[in-house]
Amino acid sequence: MRSITRAGRRPIALAAGLLLVAFSAAPALACGGLIGPNGAVNLLRTTTFAGYHDGVEHYVTAFQFAGGGGAFGSLTPLPGIPTSVEKGGDWTLQRLVRETDPVPEADFARLAAAPSGSAEVLMQVKIDALDITVLKGGAAEVGTWATDHGFRLPPDAPEVLDFYAQRSPIFLAAAFDGDAAIARGQNIGDGTPVHISIPTNNPWVPLRILSLGKTQSEVVQADVYMLTDDSPAMLPYPDGSNGMTLQHSAPASDQLLSDLRSDRGMDWIPDKGWLTKIAIDAEAPQLSYDLAVDVSGAKAPSRVAAGLEMPGATDPAVMAAIRWFAGMSFIGLGIGAVIWLIAKQRIDSGLRPA
Amino acid sequence: MRTIGLILASVGVAVLAAVWAAGPARGGASTSAEISIHFSHYTPSEIVATAGVPLRVTIVNTDPIDHEWLVGDAAFHQRHRTGTEQQHGARPNEVSLGPGESKTTTVVFDTPGDYLYICHLPGHEAYGMVGVLKVLPAS
Repeated sequence: MRSITRAGRRPIALAAGLLLVAFSAAPALACGGLIGPNGAVNLLRTTTFAGYHDGVEHYVTAFQFAGGGGAFGSLTPLPGIPTSVEKGGDWTLQRLVRETDPVPEADFARLAAAPSGSAEVLMQVKIDALDITVLKGGAAEVGTWATDHGFRLPPDAPEVLDFYAQRSPIFLAAAFDGDAAIARGQNIGDGTPVHISIPTNNPWVPLRILSLGKTQSEVVQADVYMLTDDSPAMLPYPDGSNGMTLQHSAPASDQLLSDLRSDRGMDWIPDKGWLTKIAIDAEAPQLSYDLAVDVSGAKAPSRVAAGLEMPGATDPAVMAAIRWFAGMSFIGLGIGAVIWLIAKQRIDSGLRPA
Repeated sequence: MRTIGLILASVGVAVLAAVWAAGPARGGASTSAEISIHFSHYTPSEIVATAGVPLRVTIVNTDPIDHEWLVGDAAFHQRHRTGTEQQHGARPNEVSLGPGESKTTTVVFDTPGDYLYICHLPGHEAYGMVGVLKVLPAS
């Protein structure tokens, strides 16, 4: 029988890019998806910014309050241990949207007001109504930690957590307290931007996580902005056939860089940069990869970072082929040995003196 | 005699190699079975019992999330799809498992037929947490 508590709460949405679903007691929320008590997902388009400069990746994403009470949460896979998790700037995401998709002021205002939507604890931060915990552990440890802390993970969570934990054991858990948000006077549509700084060799954007908890027929929609020093090499390349479309790729304008730099915590923005916008519009099963990026100039994004192969993993089909080949070799050797021994015995018998 | 021994040893190596090359053995158990839950799927997804004969089933949940193993006929599952019971355990054909937990139960089905085992936690059945217990007529 269903074990989920069917509390009749009004839904709260944490519109967060790159976030893994985590159910709490009732409706839960996800990477841009609102999970209702019956498990239905109401898709929301989310926006995330991944900037990279001086060896540090800067994620900026927003948790949007959509009304209601109760506690909800989410998990985000990270490529490394963050040096800081802090409240993000107030307008960075909106400014990026405006750069690539200029909209009339009135429409923009309407969109902003609409409700869009036992691991090792490395860091704990409270940002407004968000309790954020950075965890280190394998899929089982992180999943168990989440379960122990009231997260209700969807059925694909074990596999998805494993998909990420094999490559990086760092996760960010965010528990959103709807009651605290109400107490703080947050209104529906108010977002809590979060800025995560992570030293890495190359930027990386987890995408498969966006499909978590979604059925085969559901669609994932999201916008990912990247700001890198130079034009990035990406894997998979967003060619439109894989659920990703490259919608913008050009040097960032001085005005954009200046505007971004003036936001909270964004003084790291360089004088020059390359702005990339990728639109995700994929059926959930299609989104089986992450976005690997190479900004080194080698133009060789990592297949492991893209999730196209696992570190040290061996393809079961390859293993089966090796097993078959080795087995056949042993069989051949055995049969050959039998034939040789029988022949040898006959020769010995024939040569034996009468 | 030494040569015959070598021949037998060679044949043995060949047989062992053939068995190894064929991969893990597959098959059902009639009086006991172990079912592993991994990535929200049952393995094996089919077990076999004999009508009227108790089947001892050990379910091993290797996932870090809750799961269920509920076995019964179509009407049984229809009830559970809309049920509200949070934990199972009072009945041998209804088992709830926490993360990493293992439990053993014994079930008996007197009527031959196919009985599905399903996890009815939200979304789990649709995700593929379905298996079948085939109950064969007693000979």
